[in-house]
Amino acid sequence: MIFKYLFYLLIFPGFLFVSVFGMIVGWVDRKVSARVQFRVGPPFFQNFYDIFKLWGKEVILVKNSPYFIFVIAPIIAFASVLITSTLVGTAFFFNLGIGGDLIFIIYLMIIYSVALILGASSTGNIYSSIGAGREMKLLLSDELAFILVILVPIIHAGYKIDLIQILDYQQVNGMIIGSASGIIAFIVGIICLQAKMAMVPFDIPEAETEIIEGTLIEYSGPLLAFWKLSHFMMYVFMPLLLVILFWGGISFASIGSIIAGVLKYLLIVVIMILIKNTNPRVRIDTAIIFFWKYASPLALIAVILAILGA
Amino acid sequence: MSKCRIPLGPFHPLLEEAEFFNIKVEGEKVVDIEMETGWMHRGHEKISETRTFTQSIFLVERICGICSTSHPFACVNAIEDIDNVEIPERAKYIRVLIGELERIHSHLLWVGLAGHFIGYDTLWMWAWKYREPILQLSEKITGNRNHYAMMRVGGVGRDFDNSLIPEINPVLDMLEKKMVMLAGAVNDDPVLKSRLKGVGILTKEDAINYCANGPTARASGYDIDVRRDDPTAYEVVDVKVIVTQNGDVFDKAVVRVLEIIESCHIIKQCLKAFEKVQGPIINKVKEISPGEGIGRYEAPRGEVFHYIRSDGTNRPVRHKVRAPSFSNIPTYKASCIGIPLADALITLASVDPCYCCTERSLKVFDTKGRRLEESLLKLSREKTKKIRKNFYADGVSPLERIFEL
Repeated sequence: MIFKYLFYLLIFPGFLFVSVFGMIVGWVDRKVSARVQFRVGPPFFQNFYDIFKLWGKEVILVKNSPYFIFVIAPIIAFASVLITSTLVGTAFFFNLGIGGDLIFIIYLMIIYSVALILGASSTGNIYSSIGAGREMKLLLSDELAFILVILVPIIHAGYKIDLIQILDYQQVNGMIIGSASGIIAFIVGIICLQAKMAMVPFDIPEAETEIIEGTLIEYSGPLLAFWKLSHFMMYVFMPLLLVILFWGGISFASIGSIIAGVLKYLLIVVIMILIKNTNPRVRIDTAIIFFWKYASPLALIAVILAILGA
Repeated sequence: MSKCRIPLGPFHPLLEEAEFFNIKVEGEKVVDIEMETGWMHRGHEKISETRTFTQSIFLVERICGICSTSHPFACVNAIEDIDNVEIPERAKYIRVLIGELERIHSHLLWVGLAGHFIGYDTLWMWAWKYREPILQLSEKITGNRNHYAMMRVGGVGRDFDNSLIPEINPVLDMLEKKMVMLAGAVNDDPVLKSRLKGVGILTKEDAINYCANGPTARASGYDIDVRRDDPTAYEVVDVKVIVTQNGDVFDKAVVRVLEIIESCHIIKQCLKAFEKVQGPIINKVKEISPGEGIGRYEAPRGEVFHYIRSDGTNRPVRHKVRAPSFSNIPTYKASCIGIPLADALITLASVDPCYCCTERSLKVFDTKGRRLEESLLKLSREKTKKIRKNFYADGVSPLERIFEL
């Protein structure tokens, strides 16, 4: 039994699968972006080279700063991302729940952001402090919309907070995205993912030309590799979560249904990449206004529609 | 809210060159901004006094890599002003052609960089994609993608090949179409508009008070353009000066995009003229008489000013350069205070500052005659001494010992 869980956590769909697949999707992101911008783009193994090279580099610590928080933050963030991706992955591939539900997943995703804020603010660097402040504001702005989005499938499935039960509900009653509330929540959800993954237009915490990678500026070597790897792993489980919640997951009944499941995932990834490449970075106040004035009320409307049964 | 200081530079992704801005912020709001120059000073004015007039033209071409023909243009204007040299008509058209090609590629470079600064990398790459054909045209016409080396006292150094006209026209048509498309796309994009519109406003009053020039002034409704006001070669073509009224970053972008289209029109006028106007391209100037002359030229960033004094020898006695960014950069004081940091950075970039043009020798003395800033030379000497102490037992290197003996 314990070996089975370890297999889930470390090999499939946990660490090994998600990190390797995440780096491949990260390459897709870079390649598609490059083609949109008339560039050639990196070779297939570029992300692997980057991560392995970072592992071999030395870690530079900031003098007179709390080392402990600085070092532990990326590891906590990585662990939370790893557990989230295992939970999402087992539900997606094996239709199995291993004791986690949506509240647990929401908590783990917040832990990632909190670890990022702690790690960045522990250094005392002015750029990373600004980055941490911006990350905090971004977290406060997108969290409400994201929770409201997640509420929609929960209400549809009869107030069940387990991923498996939401999947079961969709197998019987059709996909949630087919309903009016589902499609609204799905669109807001993609925008929330963009903010959670700190991709343009919401890459405000690490704006390169303003605050020089902000939150990550003092990180180097294996610690930076942890952050990068966590980010690559988000490419995998964030879109998968949306597929599970709104689009009925994947079925391994026939080759056609497997391809359909993969295409659903890829479509979300491509939409995210296109949003990233056709928008400038917004200001942090614009982002807060956007989420609190437009995205969250829209998600609330979806929730009300879901309660009314639409 | 507590104040804190954000050092921007000397090396920062926002700045292509070494420059130091000291930004004081409260939270995200900028409350004060200071600038320090002196990181790029190369002593061109002093070197120029040791070169002949013709060599000086090539020297000042190296002041800036982007507006590389504007400094020679102003320099030859200044030298010609000493003796009132007339230049042949065909040379005037060639000068205008080179100047406008340079304006197009410089403005496109800024559009791309501005896109990069607001995190819009796609705009960056697209703008630079359209810049490439212009650089290739420059190479076909002058032999170089940049640093054209065309200007001479009394004319230009190389004739324009009339057989190139059919190649240039389609490129200009393509560019004009793409710029109209770009202007439309910028106008329609709500996210881009929210990022640029009403940001970093420089009022007309401030523009006049800070002596702003070039697109920075014209975006604020200050109608100033050397090409029209004091032409030395541009009297042969029609120049329409683009002026907008709001003075924000959005208008500065619009002015530049419209100027690219206007430059295309000017180049087309030149191309038409080349078929009719034949003849010499240079009036040979044997010697420069004693006297002084000034040369002005509208560079892509504003007015370049060169002052040259001659004592009848073949070298300038004094060569003074004033680049447009020198008066454009301090407009930050008027436009950046009180706006969020993210906006302040694009406002800093919106005047298209060119630091290597700006950096002339700058010394600040207090009333008692003491130099206020620490000399870089002094600092580097101290550092070298410190390093030596660690390396050699008595602090003297073997090489020094040989020279002392």
